[in-house]
Amino acid sequence: MSEVLLEIKSVSKRYGHKGALRNVSFTVEPGKIVGLLGPNGSGKTTLIKIINALLADYEGEVLICRQRPGKESKRLVSYLPDKMALPTWLTVNEALNLYDSFFSDFELARAQALLEALKVPHNMRIGELSKGMQEKLMLVLTMSRRAKLYVLDEPIAGVDPAARDQILSTILDNFTAGSSILLSTHIISDVEAVFDDVIFLQDGNIILHGEAEALRSEHGKSIDQLFREVYKC
Amino acid sequence: MKPSFDPNQPIYTQLVDWFKQQILGGELGPGEKIAPVRELALELGVNPNTLQRAMSELEREGLLYTERTAGRFVTSDRALIAALREEAIAKILQRFLAELITLGCTTDDALRLIKKYGGEINE
Repeated sequence: MSEVLLEIKSVSKRYGHKGALRNVSFTVEPGKIVGLLGPNGSGKTTLIKIINALLADYEGEVLICRQRPGKESKRLVSYLPDKMALPTWLTVNEALNLYDSFFSDFELARAQALLEALKVPHNMRIGELSKGMQEKLMLVLTMSRRAKLYVLDEPIAGVDPAARDQILSTILDNFTAGSSILLSTHIISDVEAVFDDVIFLQDGNIILHGEAEALRSEHGKSIDQLFREVYKC
Repeated sequence: MKPSFDPNQPIYTQLVDWFKQQILGGELGPGEKIAPVRELALELGVNPNTLQRAMSELEREGLLYTERTAGRFVTSDRALIAALREEAIAKILQRFLAELITLGCTTDDALRLIKKYGGEINE
C-alpha cells in the first residue's frame, strides 16, 4: 500500500581497489526514521553521497520516489552534509536567503523561528560561529524544507549531549508527516529511541538490518549495546 | 512527567507500562484528553511510530479510545480502571509475599511487619 520512498538495489562503489560499498540493498518506506549506523570509514557517507547525486560512478540502482539521483530528485531530498557546505563568509541571514531562493519548498519563517529557538545569531558570518552553532544552522536549513526525504549525515557529531536533545527534537518536530529520514551516526545511545529501523554498515557491507524494537526484544539489548558487540574486533 | 527508558528493552512495551501506571495511579484521569501522537512523541523523545503502536495497544486493552475528530482520551470506565489497578496491586503483592516466604516469613508476619515498617516508608 505504502509506496517505497527510497530504494537501494545492489549498490557497490569502489575507490580505486578499495571497495567502499559492496552490494548494499535496502528500502525506506514513507514515515520511517532509519538509522544508518557504522564506525568511521564503513561507507555511510559514500552511500549518502550517491543518494544525493554527488557520486555518479556506482554499480546497482538507487531510486528516490522512482527517480534516479539527479536534478529532479534534489527537489525531493533535503540533505545535511557531514561538513559545512556553504561559503563561510556568508552571514546567517544571507544563508537563509540563499536557501529561500534555491529551494521552492523552503519555509523562511520556520527557519527564522528555529534559529531563534536554538539561539543562533542572525548577523554573524558562518565562519565566526562555533562548530556547534554551524551544525545547528545547517540543521535548521535542512529541516525547514518540506521535503519527501531528509538525509542527515552525522547531525549530532559535533554538539554536546545537552544540545543533542535539542537537535533531535528539532528533527522530530519538523520533518513533514509522511516523509522519511535517513540519519547516519556513530553515536547511538542518545538517538536510538527515535529510530524505526537500523542498518549496520561495516566495510561497505550491511551486517545487520532490522526494526529497532524487534532487535531490542530479540537480543534483550539496546541498539547501542548491540552496535558495540557487533563492531568489537 | 517523562519516563526513563531501559534501552535494553523494547520502548513500546515500556511506553504501554508507563501509560498504564499513569492511568491506574490517577496521574491521567478518566476521560482526560491525550496530546496528539506527534506532540507527545516529541515530549517523550521517542519515535512517533513507536508511540502510535503503544497507543494502539492501550486502545485494544480498553484504557484509551479515539473519537474520530476530537482525538484520543483515557477511558471513562472507572470500574475498568479500578479492576486493573487491583490486578496490578495483587501482582506486586504476590511477588512481594513470594520473596518474604523464601525468608521464612508467614503472611501474618508480613502483615505485622507492614504495619510496623509501612509508616516509616511513608515518611
